[in-house]
Amino acid sequence: MSDAAIPQAERFKLSMLIYDSRYRSATIQAVVLTLVLAFVFWIVNNAVTNLAALGKPIRFDFLGDTASYDINQKLIEYSSTDSHGRAVLVGLLNTLLVAFMGCVTATVIGVIGGVLRLSNNWLVSRLMVLYVEIFRNVPLLLWIFVCMFTLTALAPQPRAFRGENPEATMKLWDSIAITNRGIYLPEPLFSRSLGNIDIGIFLISVDLLAILAVLGAGIFAARWNSKRANAIQTATGDRPKTLGVNTALIVVPVLALLVILGFHIGKPALAGFNFRGGINMSAPLIALWLGLSLYTGTYIVEAVRSGIQAVNKGQTEAASALGIRPGRTMSLVVLPQAMRIIIPQLISQYLNLTKNSSLAIAIGYMDLVSTLGGVTLNQTGREMECILLLMAIYLTISLLISGGMNWYNERVKLVER
Amino acid sequence: MADLSYVRLEMLPQKEPPRSSVGVQGWMRINLFSSGANTILTIVAAVLVLMILASILPWIFGGVWNASSLSECREIFAERYGNGTEYACWAVIKDRWHQIIFGYYAPDQYWRPVLGFLLILLAFAPVLFPKLPSQMFYITLASIFIYPWLIWGGTIWSPIIAALGVAVGYGVYVLASRALGSLIGLLLGCAAAILWWSAISGALTDALSSTIPASLETMSSLNLAGFVLSITIGIVAIAASLPLAIVLALGRQSDMWIVNKLCTGFIEIIRGVPLITLLFVATVLLNYFLPRGVEFDVILRVMILVTLFTAAYIAEVIRGGLAALPKGQYEAADALGLTYWQAQRLIILPQALKISIPGIVSNFISVFKDTTLVSIVALNDPLGIANNIRANSDWNGIVWELYGFIGLIFWIFCFSMSRYSMWLERRLQTGHH
Repeated sequence: MSDAAIPQAERFKLSMLIYDSRYRSATIQAVVLTLVLAFVFWIVNNAVTNLAALGKPIRFDFLGDTASYDINQKLIEYSSTDSHGRAVLVGLLNTLLVAFMGCVTATVIGVIGGVLRLSNNWLVSRLMVLYVEIFRNVPLLLWIFVCMFTLTALAPQPRAFRGENPEATMKLWDSIAITNRGIYLPEPLFSRSLGNIDIGIFLISVDLLAILAVLGAGIFAARWNSKRANAIQTATGDRPKTLGVNTALIVVPVLALLVILGFHIGKPALAGFNFRGGINMSAPLIALWLGLSLYTGTYIVEAVRSGIQAVNKGQTEAASALGIRPGRTMSLVVLPQAMRIIIPQLISQYLNLTKNSSLAIAIGYMDLVSTLGGVTLNQTGREMECILLLMAIYLTISLLISGGMNWYNERVKLVER
Repeated sequence: MADLSYVRLEMLPQKEPPRSSVGVQGWMRINLFSSGANTILTIVAAVLVLMILASILPWIFGGVWNASSLSECREIFAERYGNGTEYACWAVIKDRWHQIIFGYYAPDQYWRPVLGFLLILLAFAPVLFPKLPSQMFYITLASIFIYPWLIWGGTIWSPIIAALGVAVGYGVYVLASRALGSLIGLLLGCAAAILWWSAISGALTDALSSTIPASLETMSSLNLAGFVLSITIGIVAIAASLPLAIVLALGRQSDMWIVNKLCTGFIEIIRGVPLITLLFVATVLLNYFLPRGVEFDVILRVMILVTLFTAAYIAEVIRGGLAALPKGQYEAADALGLTYWQAQRLIILPQALKISIPGIVSNFISVFKDTTLVSIVALNDPLGIANNIRANSDWNGIVWELYGFIGLIFWIFCFSMSRYSMWLERRLQTGHH
């Protein structure tokens, strides 16, 4: 046997770590890991030494100290006597609020714009091209400034609403006031309210929970009804009418509950120098929201357009051969297939929008960056902790969004044949 | 048979198409009024456009170009049009455009950023237009050293000596790799270059500049502002991030578990946080991470972090390019017995980078737009300059003119780059199918 000529157990030599492909990858990884760990150790060591020399070792207990600054736009109860931690929570909720609102409107703009962009109406499709090219080629920060200045320059001051013959009037039967400090919307009120539950961090309205519960039960009942109708249809061939019953099942209990709770609308009213009552959307929130949705909308327009164009032309032709009208072809044939291409791009645009909402600090909307990385940082002088915490929170949000959307994407993919 | 009354022997000439389907009328019928819904859409859109134009055009063209302050502009408006309506006060642009573009260079130094910009265009030309001769890459190499000198000034010897460092390192690498093998050669080459830059170059520069003084006026980083700052940050970020991005992309494609996870982690962390937090790291935290006493310029710190940020995004673009290559390319490289780096250098990367260029260009566009964020950390990018101008008592109250001007310049840059990227994408597509 020629095998016998080969020495059975080759002696291990040090040079084999580099020149033998069996060991080389382990060597490289060990070297890389050592270098990276050394670098990280060096950086952390420097930071610890420098901070210790300044007398501020890394500790997060400053989050319990009194914040002593005001936030005018807030979703949960907050006053300047609350802690920094609570201020950060208010900021985080504000970030999520504007990100959510922005995602919704950007999607609406994007989908409508994307469909119009492909319309065979020359003027409309050119206008959409113009919108996309103008908005996406100018920095977002500039658009946010422009929205902010438009609002503050063109909307009337609150005092313009005062007097016998006011310069400005409220819109929609005196329920909405558009001022340069923000927009005041009517709020839902309950005269026989069930009160709130305090879960430690914030209050949850029992009324809202009750309405949601009744609504959920109604939808559940309606779905059960539809299922029953399906069963009858498969058994007998006749489908009992469900639309009226379903609507009644969903709407009537909610309306009844609203009447029981004494639902009425609280309109904002001028009191002193500003409006009181109602829901207040401050000017920076609106400017940021508008800027983010208009800017991100352009990217979604392009995503929708490329998704629709990627659907095989034969699909549209087959649909029109079947006599389906163009509008229904779009909604029943093209869009469902285009969604698989559009959704991954939507995910990344939602992520971008959420991250871009950090530009709030430029116009004074109190989001996470303005509270934790702005006022709290300046008041406590805890740069290291504040910025690391800030990055960690954003990283968590990003990973959650991309994780959730990827999960959804996988589910959409499963339908594919 | 003979009494067949008529037989046509030649074809009739083609009839004119009906008037309603040709010419302007036909075009409008097909493209604007093809159905009831379309007609309504057209009318609504046309009314909207006319309304917007009617409110903007008089403002733009009724504007005043010659005035020394906003109040003077308003006096001229009152005189010319009567009270009430506002018109554009373009005088602010005439007065301050050079600040928005050149920042705080002295007027006789404007040629420096202009020349630098032209140099950068030349440097990027061989990458962007593959038909150009490849010798132009020498200009690219040279501009790495000349551009900072043009922007920051100082003695001419520092870019030359710095460039010599590269030459020394390369020389050592070539000599040593012949004698001792390529890995040791590479390490020795790097060591020689670092030794040159850290130990020798400072003294040599001083000596040379005292014997043969030739220098440009030094420009402090704090005076670097306006579009010169935006463009410089953008270009440094894109140029410096490319090598890092290639390494990260290869690392993320790698089979080595530790390397793969390190690269993936870095990319995902950077992509998961907003740029503004990284700018905070640059301005506030970076000094803590360095040994005590080591401090450098805030613009340099911002550039480092923007580079890291860009690298993470470009790495993903290049990874897409790597993944798009057919598997046969990798297998062919293996079959030829090429080592990993030979295969990457000769076969994989040239193709992967070529198809990544459109993605890299769109990343460059977004980095260029994102440079406006540095105004939040108190650097004077165009938006920062606009704030300074508005703080001036002469121009207090000016908004639209400044933002319109800045937006227009950004738009021209970004629009032309995006058109280029689309052109390239189309060209690449025909090359492959």
